[in-house]
Amino acid sequence: MSPQLIVTVLVFAPLLGALVAGLFGKKIGDIPAMAVTTGLLFVACALAWLTFTSLIWGAWPGHFTVALAPFIDVGAFQSAWSIRIDTLSAVMLVVVTSVSALVHLYSWGYMADDPGRARFFAYLSLFTFAMLALVTAADFMQLFFGWEGVGLASYLLIGFWHHKDTANAASIKAFVVNRVGDAGFALGIMTVFWAFGTIRFAEIFPQVASHVHVAWSFAGHDFKLVDLACCLLFIGAMGKSAQFFLHTWLPDAMEGPTPVSALIHAATMVTAGVYMVCLLSPLFEYAPVAKEVVTIVGAVTALFAATVGLAQNDIKRVVAYSTCSQLGYMFFAAGVGAYPAAMFHLFTHAFFKALLFLGAGAVIHAVHHEQDMRKMGGLWKVLPLTYAVMLIGTISITGVGLPGLDLGFSGFFSKDAIINAAYVAGRTDGISNFAFIAGLIAAGLTSFYSWRLIFMTFHGRAKWDHSHAAAHDDHVHDDAHAHAADDHAAHGDDHGHGHGGTPHEAPWPMRGPLLLLALGAIAAGGVFAEVFVGPERLAFWRGAIFTLAGNHILDSFEHLPPAVVWAPLTVTALGFAVAWYVYVLREGMGARIAARKGILWSFLYNKWYFDELYDVIFVRGAKILGDLFWKVGDKALIDGLGPDGVSQVSMVVGKATARAQTGYVYHYAFVMLLGIAGLLSFALWAFTR
Amino acid sequence: MTGILSLTTFAPLLGVAAILMLRVFGKGDEARASNAARWIALATTLATLALSVLIVASFDRGQTGFQFTEDSPWFSGLHYHMGVDGISVLFVLLTAFLMPICIVASWKSIETRVIEYMIAFLVLESLVIGVFCALDLLVFYMFFEGQLIPMFLIIGIWGGKNRVYAAFKFFLYTLLGSVLMLAAILYMISVAHTSDIVALTNYHFEAGTQTWLWLAFFASFAVKMPMWPVHTWLPDAHVEAPTAGSVILAGILLKMGGYGFMRFSLPMFPLASAQFSPLIFALSVIAIVYTSLVAFRQTDMKKLIAYSSVAHMGFVTLGIFSGNLQGEQGALFQMLSHGVISGALFLCVGVVYDRIHTREIAFYGGVVNRMPIYAAVFMLFTMGNVGLPGTSGFVGEILTLTGTYGASTWPAIIASSGVILSAVYALSLYRRVVFGQLTNPALATIADMDSREILIFVPLIIATLVLGFQPGLVFQVTNASTAHLVDAFRAATGR
Repeated sequence: MSPQLIVTVLVFAPLLGALVAGLFGKKIGDIPAMAVTTGLLFVACALAWLTFTSLIWGAWPGHFTVALAPFIDVGAFQSAWSIRIDTLSAVMLVVVTSVSALVHLYSWGYMADDPGRARFFAYLSLFTFAMLALVTAADFMQLFFGWEGVGLASYLLIGFWHHKDTANAASIKAFVVNRVGDAGFALGIMTVFWAFGTIRFAEIFPQVASHVHVAWSFAGHDFKLVDLACCLLFIGAMGKSAQFFLHTWLPDAMEGPTPVSALIHAATMVTAGVYMVCLLSPLFEYAPVAKEVVTIVGAVTALFAATVGLAQNDIKRVVAYSTCSQLGYMFFAAGVGAYPAAMFHLFTHAFFKALLFLGAGAVIHAVHHEQDMRKMGGLWKVLPLTYAVMLIGTISITGVGLPGLDLGFSGFFSKDAIINAAYVAGRTDGISNFAFIAGLIAAGLTSFYSWRLIFMTFHGRAKWDHSHAAAHDDHVHDDAHAHAADDHAAHGDDHGHGHGGTPHEAPWPMRGPLLLLALGAIAAGGVFAEVFVGPERLAFWRGAIFTLAGNHILDSFEHLPPAVVWAPLTVTALGFAVAWYVYVLREGMGARIAARKGILWSFLYNKWYFDELYDVIFVRGAKILGDLFWKVGDKALIDGLGPDGVSQVSMVVGKATARAQTGYVYHYAFVMLLGIAGLLSFALWAFTR
Repeated sequence: MTGILSLTTFAPLLGVAAILMLRVFGKGDEARASNAARWIALATTLATLALSVLIVASFDRGQTGFQFTEDSPWFSGLHYHMGVDGISVLFVLLTAFLMPICIVASWKSIETRVIEYMIAFLVLESLVIGVFCALDLLVFYMFFEGQLIPMFLIIGIWGGKNRVYAAFKFFLYTLLGSVLMLAAILYMISVAHTSDIVALTNYHFEAGTQTWLWLAFFASFAVKMPMWPVHTWLPDAHVEAPTAGSVILAGILLKMGGYGFMRFSLPMFPLASAQFSPLIFALSVIAIVYTSLVAFRQTDMKKLIAYSSVAHMGFVTLGIFSGNLQGEQGALFQMLSHGVISGALFLCVGVVYDRIHTREIAFYGGVVNRMPIYAAVFMLFTMGNVGLPGTSGFVGEILTLTGTYGASTWPAIIASSGVILSAVYALSLYRRVVFGQLTNPALATIADMDSREILIFVPLIIATLVLGFQPGLVFQVTNASTAHLVDAFRAATGR
C-alpha cells in the first residue's frame, strides 16, 4: 500500500466505525457495534505506528499531503479536505490512536452494563476521527473543523448520561467556554487571511518573515501583525486546552464517563492547543509578544491548577486539575521556544495521564461509582494491580529519575526538559525566569497532590465498608430527585454491577490497557528522549517544527548548574515527604485541616472562586440583559412606540369607523388587495404619463 | 430553454386550477376532496422542484449575466422580463425544495379548509418564485407585495390563538416598507425612463439621489430581513403561523430582504451602500447580540428559534455590505443554509407540537427517552444552528465574518460573540426539551417520529450535511455573478 492510501485508511477507519455503530447500532446489537469500532480503532492504531516509524526511519518522505476534496473555495479563501503528514502530525496520530484504541478496549469492561453502549462507542470513534482531521489539517478551515468536531464529541460524551442534570450542565459549559476560545481563534484565522491572502499553512509560513514589521489595525489600535494573529489564535488554544481564565469547563467535564476523561480530557483533545502552537511555530517564532503571553498563561496555569488540586476530594477532579497544570507546562515550554519539549511532554503525558485516569476509573468501578477519596482508603490490599499501575503513573507524573544517569520514568525526561528550557531562556528574560520558578513550585505541588491521591485512596484506614451502604442510599435518593445536584459524586450511573460489597479488581478488558499504558508511563520517556529533544532531534522533526536561527535552548542543557539539574527532584521529594507526613504518618491531619475551613483552604477548595465569579458576571449578566432587551427593548419600547402605539392611536382616532373593523381576516386581506391594486394603478399611471 | 422560468413560476397555478376544477366538478365529498387537494399540491410542487432542478442543472456557471431570459412587451410600456443569475437561481431551487416538504408536513396537522390551504401555498410558491425571476421592477414589486396576501391568510386563518394580532403586526410593518419602496420605484422610473432591472443597474443615479432611494428600499428590505429594530413582527408571526407557514416564512420570505439588498441596493446605489454600511454594520451587530440574548430567555420554542433567525440574518446583512467576495458569497450561502436549517428547526418544533399541542419549553424535558430518532435529528439541526463545521451553518457564518473583518474589524469582533451566544441559547433549548428525565406524565406515551415525518427530514439532513462538507456546490453556481457584483461595487465606490 502506498503511504497515501495508508494514511487515508487510518484517518477514515474511526469514522466508518462511528457511522456503523451510530446509525446501525440498534440493528446489529451492542456487541457487534463495539467490536466494529474497537477493531477499526486498532487498525488505525497499527497504521499510525507504521506511519510514525516509516517516517522517522526515513522509509517515507519526511512530509507529504494527500488532497482528498475541496472544502471552502471562495476567492483567495481556499481550503481542501486533506491529510498532511509530517513528524509533528505523526506523533499526534500515534498518541491519539493508541490512547483511543486502549480506551475503546477499556470501555468494554467499564461500560459493560450501560444500555447506551453502542452510542458510547460511536461517540468515541467520532471523536477520534475529528481529532485525526484536526492533526492532519493542511489549512485553517480543516483545522477549525477538527477543532470544533472534537468539541462536539466532547459535548456529547460529557453529557452521555443525559438523565443527569449535572452532566447536561457540564456539557453545555464545556461547549460554550470552548466557543469563547473559538471566537478568538476565528478572529485569528481572519487576521491571517487578510494579512497573508491565504489560509493554507504551506502558503502562509514562507511569508511570515517578510511580514514581521507589518502594522495591523485591529479594533481601533495598531498592533504588530504576527503578534496579534498569534495572540488571537492562542485564545482558541486556551479554550481547548483549559488554560487560566478558560479552564473552568475541564473539571466539570469529569461528569462524563471515566474512559472519556482519559481519552478526551487528558490525553488528546486538551492537548490540541499545544499541538496548534507547535504547528504554528513558524508564526509564533516571529511573535515575541505572543510568546510571552503564552509563557505567562502557561506558567500561571501550571501553578494555579496545582494549587487547586491540593484541596480537592473527588478523585477525578484531582486528576483533572493535574491535567490542567501539566498543559500549562507544555504551553510555557512552547512559549520559551522549546517546542520539541512541549511535544515531548504532550507525548509522555498522554501515557501517564491516561493511565492515572483509567486507574482512577478502575477504583471508581471497584467502589461502585464512588468518587470521593474520603470514602476510600486502604484499597491497596484489594486492588493490588490497580495500586501498582497508579503508583507507576504517580512516579511518572512527579518526574522521578536521576538526572546524572538519564534514568527515570517518562515524566522525568519531558518535565525536566521543560524546566531546564525555561531556566535557559530565563537567563536573558524575566518572563521565562518566572516560568522556571512557577514550574519548579508546581512540580512540588504536583508531587504533593499526586501522593495525597495515592495515600487517601489506597492507604490508611478503609472507609469504603461503611460508606458503601451510604453511597447506595444516596443513589436511591438521587433517582427520586432527578435534579439533586451533588458536586462530588456521580451516583446516577450505577447500573447494578451484580457483585457484592467488597471492591475487586477490574475485568481483563480494563486491566490490559492499564498494563500497556503503565509500560508507556515507564519507558516512553527514556526511549524517545534522544529523538524528541536530544541531539537527534533535527533528523527526527525534519523541519516540522520551525525555530529561529538564534534559538538554541535545547542545545544548552550540557552546561546547566547542578542546582538547576537537581532542583526538580528535590521539590518532588519534598512534596512526597509532606504528603507522607500529612496523610500517612499523621493520618487524619488532612481532614482536620479541611474541617477548619481556613481562608486559604476554602480559597483552594473553591477553585479560587472562578465559577462563582463567572456565574455572577456572565450567566446572570446574560439573563438580566436578555430579559431587559426582551421585555423593555422589544415589548415596551419597540412594540409600544411602534405597532401597538400606532394601533392605539388609530383606535382612538378611528372610533367612528370602528364598525369597519370586523375582525375577519379576509376583510383585511381584501382591503389589502384593494390597496395594492390602487397603488399599482397609480404606478402604471405615473409610468405612462 | 426559453420559457422555463415562466413555466416554473406559474406551474403551481396549474395545480391551483386542478384543485379548483376538482372542487367545481367533484361530488362534494369534503374528505375526498381534501385528500385530492393534498395529492395535487404535492404533485405540483414536486413538478416545480423538477423544473427548478433542471434550471440549475442547465445553468451556465461561467456567465455573469442573466440566463433563460424572457422579454416581451406587456402593456403601457411595461415589459414582462424574466431571468435568473447566480444570485437568484438558487433561491428558486430553495423555494421549490422547501414547498413539497411543507405540503407533506401539513398532511395531517391541517384538517380544516384543506383545499384553501393548499391553494394558498401554491399561490405563494408561484409568487415567491416570481420574485426571484422578475427582471422588471414593477413586475418584481407585484410579486414582492403579492406574496404577502397568501402569507397573511395562512397566518390569519390557520394560525394560533393570537393570529389576528400577529397578522396585523406583520401587515403594518410590511406596509411601512412597501409604501416607501413604491415611491422610490416610481421616482426611479420617472428619472431613468425604464423599469427594466438590467437597465436600471447600468443607469448611474446621482449620489444625492442614491441616498434617498437607498433609504426607501432599505425600509422595505430591513423589515423583510428583519433587521433590528423592525424585527418584532417576526416572533409573533412565527408563533401564530402553522408549522409549514413558519418554514416558508423563515426559509424563504426572510431571504427576499437579503436578495433585495444584493439585487437593488448594492448594484444600483453603490455609493449610498458604501455610505450607509456603518449603519448596517451597527444594526447587524446589535441584532446579533441583542436577539441572541433575547432568544436565550424565551419560554416558547418557536419564539426562541424566531429570535435566533434574526441573529442569523444579522450575519447576512454584515456579509452583503462588506462589499467583498467572501462577504457576498457567505451572505448568499448563509441565506440558503438558514433556509434549510431554520425550516428544519421549525419542523422539529412541529413534531412535538402535533403530539402535545404546546410549544412551552418547560412542559417538555427528557423526550430523548421516548423519541431517540427525534433527538438525533433535532441535535443535528441544533448543531447546524450553532454553526458547527460540517454543517452548512458554519460556512456562511465564517465567510460573512471574514468578509466583515475585511471591511472593518470592530463589527467582526462583536459579531463573533454571536457564535458563543448561539451555542448558549440553542444548546439550552435542546437540553430543556430533549435531555433530562422524563417527569411530565403527559409525555409518558409520546411516540417517536413516524415514517412520514422521517421522510420530511431526510432531504433537509442531506442538504445540511452535503452543503456543510461540499459548499462548493453552491459557490460554483454563485461565483461568477457575485464576483461581478463585487467588481462593479468596487469600481463604483473606488474601494
